[in-house]
Amino acid sequence: MEKLFMKGNEAIAEAAVRAGCRFFAGYPITPQNEIPEYMSKRLPQVGGVFVQGESEVASVNMVVGAAYTGTRAMTSSSGPGLSLKSEGLSSLAGSELPAVVVNIMRGGPGVGSIQAAQMDYLQATKASGHGGFRMLVYAPATVQEAVDFTYLAFDKAMEYRTPVLISADGCIGSMMEQVELPPMKEAEKEDLHFFASQYLNPKRKVITSMLPVESEQELYNKKLAAMYQKWEETEFLKEEYLLEDAEYVIAAYGTSARIAKSAIQILRGKGVKVGLFRPITLYPFPYDSLRKLDEKQVKKVLCLEMSIPAQLVEDLKIGLEGRIPIACYGRSAGMIFTTEDVVEEIERQIRQEECE
Amino acid sequence: MAKVEILKDYCKSCKLCMQVCPKQVLRVGTYTNKMGYDAVEMDETKGCIGCKMCATMCPEGAIEVYR
Amino acid sequence: MEKVYTRPKSMNPRATGYCPGCLHGVATRLICELIDEFGIQDQTTSVLPIGCSSMGVFHFDTDMIVSLHGRAPAVATGVKRCSPKRFVYTYQGDGDLAAIGLSEIMHAANRGENITAIFVNNSIYGMTGGQMAPTTLIGQKATTAQDGRDPKREGYPMKMCEILAQLEAPVLVARCALDTPAHINEAKKVLRQGFQNQLDQKGFSFIELLSNCPTNWGMSAEKTIAWMQEHTMKTFPLGVFKAKE
Repeated sequence: MEKLFMKGNEAIAEAAVRAGCRFFAGYPITPQNEIPEYMSKRLPQVGGVFVQGESEVASVNMVVGAAYTGTRAMTSSSGPGLSLKSEGLSSLAGSELPAVVVNIMRGGPGVGSIQAAQMDYLQATKASGHGGFRMLVYAPATVQEAVDFTYLAFDKAMEYRTPVLISADGCIGSMMEQVELPPMKEAEKEDLHFFASQYLNPKRKVITSMLPVESEQELYNKKLAAMYQKWEETEFLKEEYLLEDAEYVIAAYGTSARIAKSAIQILRGKGVKVGLFRPITLYPFPYDSLRKLDEKQVKKVLCLEMSIPAQLVEDLKIGLEGRIPIACYGRSAGMIFTTEDVVEEIERQIRQEECE
Repeated sequence: MAKVEILKDYCKSCKLCMQVCPKQVLRVGTYTNKMGYDAVEMDETKGCIGCKMCATMCPEGAIEVYR
Repeated sequence: MEKVYTRPKSMNPRATGYCPGCLHGVATRLICELIDEFGIQDQTTSVLPIGCSSMGVFHFDTDMIVSLHGRAPAVATGVKRCSPKRFVYTYQGDGDLAAIGLSEIMHAANRGENITAIFVNNSIYGMTGGQMAPTTLIGQKATTAQDGRDPKREGYPMKMCEILAQLEAPVLVARCALDTPAHINEAKKVLRQGFQNQLDQKGFSFIELLSNCPTNWGMSAEKTIAWMQEHTMKTFPLGVFKAKE
């Protein structure tokens, strides 16, 4: 296997090309600019197409057109750009089109800050656009994972005919790490057939996210709901680290989970029984890991996020069903907690516990 | 010798064909189609010249012309 | 007797979804006639917008995308770039193209995408109920400009051909009208050129078709024709604004 030292954004772009991506449209926004820059040079080398869209909205709609032709297609952006893309994401979901969308998360709300943050959790998992659709959401914690999940995302998008979101924070996009790149896949166009065709013109390839007969539109909604149900049973990914004897559990994803792991090693050295629960897919959310936690053993779950207010906590509440108290600790707007900050926070939680 | 054939189930009786016909051979007929429109028909006494003006104007593509 | 005019075969065998006398039907028919004449029905992808013209999904017997409001030129860009052998045309109304989709049409034109863009301008939002469009005439009444469009408040009608003709890339920019058989025949000739340009890999063609809206203009279909001639065509002069060899 080929090993390279690559920046996260460029590694994501190369992984996409190797996964067969042959169309990319995007718009400049920090901190994801290396993705379109890399694609503009790389895609023509493999017979692919790069278009710099005039806007986020146009870019995602170009992906709609590309995906319709059965081409593996991608777009990328960051928070404010994802908001603009939301109509297109909804359209992809509403027209059963496969596409990969990358969000290199920065601060928010509004313009927020261009530095690394994890401010788009609720957007990614609950409502990336109108109409109640979902996306498979992968949250890598290393550049290697960013490569692996981007590569996987194209297959999943095609398997389920759905937009798939790579939700990486700015740290992952900007840092350089050693990566093993996956093999180059043949980029063959898929012969797609669409749900809408059977109702509108069975001998043609027709997509619309608006079926004219209400009962037909409802059937499509039911089809999506069944798919999401299946995802919840089969598509979740998670990491459980030192949870067997843990009295304190840190729940974190992406870069936060990496910082948490370092903190856990220090705390374990001090004899504190602390472990990590890391959702790798943010949707479907691996609630089972939380349901398994024993309230007689675990005293507290710490929701650790590069976001203020906390967002991941909403899913922790669902998974824990009130059995175990949750505390939140986060920084935002590009401010990032250190390993020591996390160690101190856990120690503070322990002291508080003892006082009570 | 010419004639037009109105596809009566497509006709919405908008009368644009009647307005452009140079020989006034078209009129609103007595057949009410499923959409509820009284379809246009040809008055066979008026001498259609097969100029296709009506078919060119028809928004429904509901007129076929023979010559 | 020989049949000298028949309904195009790429137009589905059913009545249109349009109101009686709506010239969208004529635009639809012309496109279908040309698809048949060029023999490209199986290689055509129709990219439709939001609004009345989204009903084209019932009319055109071709591969089809109903895109989001204003985004047809961006969607068509994705299709054409990935499948250059497809014949790709966009069909948009004036609210879709000149308001919410202004950016998409300008940049598809500026990139010189090898597509044929058809713009049906009836100076009003049809499907949503007669609201003011960017192309609504001065003094023309709309449900959101009830005393008529006042340029002091709402600005002036946007002339898309004149704007797009300023760009370097487009190979054809023209405005036609659908008010009379003569103008309809002329429109078909210009549309044919727009089709040919794409088939010859020449680049972006833009054809505006002046149309009517009996329902929201509040008059009979016959009266809309006179109104188009007295008002619409005075604000929007017909002609070829740009034609590259």
